[in-house]
Amino acid sequence: MIDARGRSCPEPVLMLRKAMTSKEASYEIMVDNRVSVENITRYGQHEGYRVTVEDREDEYLLRLEK
Amino acid sequence: MSDIQMTKLANCAGCGAKVGAGMLAQLLEGLPVRRDERLLVGYDRSDDASVYLIDEHTALVQTVDFFPPIADDPFTFGQIAACNALSDVYAMGGEPRLALNIMTVSREMDRETIHAVLRGGYEKAYEAGVIITGGHTIEDSEPKYGLAVTGFADPKRILKNCTARPGDVLILTKPLGVGILCTAAKGDLVPEALMKRLHAQMMTLNRAPRDCMLRFETHSCTDVTGFSLMGHAYEMASGSGCTIHLRAGDVPYHREAWELADMGFVPAGAYRNRDYVEPDLCWAREIPLPLQDILFDPQTSGGLLIAVAEKDGESLLRALKEETGGASVVGYVTEKGPKALIVE
Repeated sequence: MIDARGRSCPEPVLMLRKAMTSKEASYEIMVDNRVSVENITRYGQHEGYRVTVEDREDEYLLRLEK
Repeated sequence: MSDIQMTKLANCAGCGAKVGAGMLAQLLEGLPVRRDERLLVGYDRSDDASVYLIDEHTALVQTVDFFPPIADDPFTFGQIAACNALSDVYAMGGEPRLALNIMTVSREMDRETIHAVLRGGYEKAYEAGVIITGGHTIEDSEPKYGLAVTGFADPKRILKNCTARPGDVLILTKPLGVGILCTAAKGDLVPEALMKRLHAQMMTLNRAPRDCMLRFETHSCTDVTGFSLMGHAYEMASGSGCTIHLRAGDVPYHREAWELADMGFVPAGAYRNRDYVEPDLCWAREIPLPLQDILFDPQTSGGLLIAVAEKDGESLLRALKEETGGASVVGYVTEKGPKALIVE
């Protein structure tokens, strides 16, 4: 899992982008703000992944799957 | 000079660092506002600058603007920050004359870097015919730079942001997408040639468009900065008691911003702007999400949004195209409807 808590955009998207060079079928990334949830969702969908968001109070776990 | 990349020293870039309009209204609420009959524009209206009447021919225009680095090169950053600060005076129809530096320096900045930021500010101020007469510099965790600007205007030709009239044509003088592109640039996703074009755009004074609009029956004007085209158009509409219709397909923007928005390089300010405007906004047709992001994208040193009488719309547009970097008609103004802003 990528831990992008405490990071503000565009950092979480860039962390995910870097991780995605391994071209795996699924990724998990944890963020702690709504802007990152939106932007990670956009990035995941742009790269052809289905994105689901699990709301854990003030943190969000995003799962990306092909 | 060390090869510091200025944008890496700050969390937010340029006008994207601006506190959202909704939050700002909350912060200002309840503060004692003093009246003065000579104060023509104060902060009870969210306008670009304060305007104070000196005599029947002269009004004083004052504004301050500063922000963290929007460019890696300190000289470029200084020019953009100064250009952005001066713009508020042009947006009121005024002529800037004096300015004070406002600056914070961080530990990473060496003397030459600080000097280059200031040199950028002076360069732009002198181009505008403005003299810098002093300033204030303090240490901070992030660098910031801008100007407090004093200018003058003809009290009969002050262009507030709340005086658009039904029938007016809306013209925008610079393309959008700066916030998205500068966000993506932090991940090195923007080609250098495009960054150069963006910097050139942000370093272009709004003086020439100001000159053009004053020759026609212009009713209202604001510069498009951190609150985005949507936020600033919304403030113009609600302040004027009208409805503004924006034609999304006619809004000029940097094409590269579309895909980068689709990839999630949308600055936090764009979401704040959306939250601020959405309750009073109607999407008259389906607008693709990346284009919506571009409409909400915070601009740094953006163009003027001008409401001009319909009869003068074409002439002003022609003058702007001939004498400035260009312009587009992006919408029109009608009587107040159920929503302040309609995107068509």
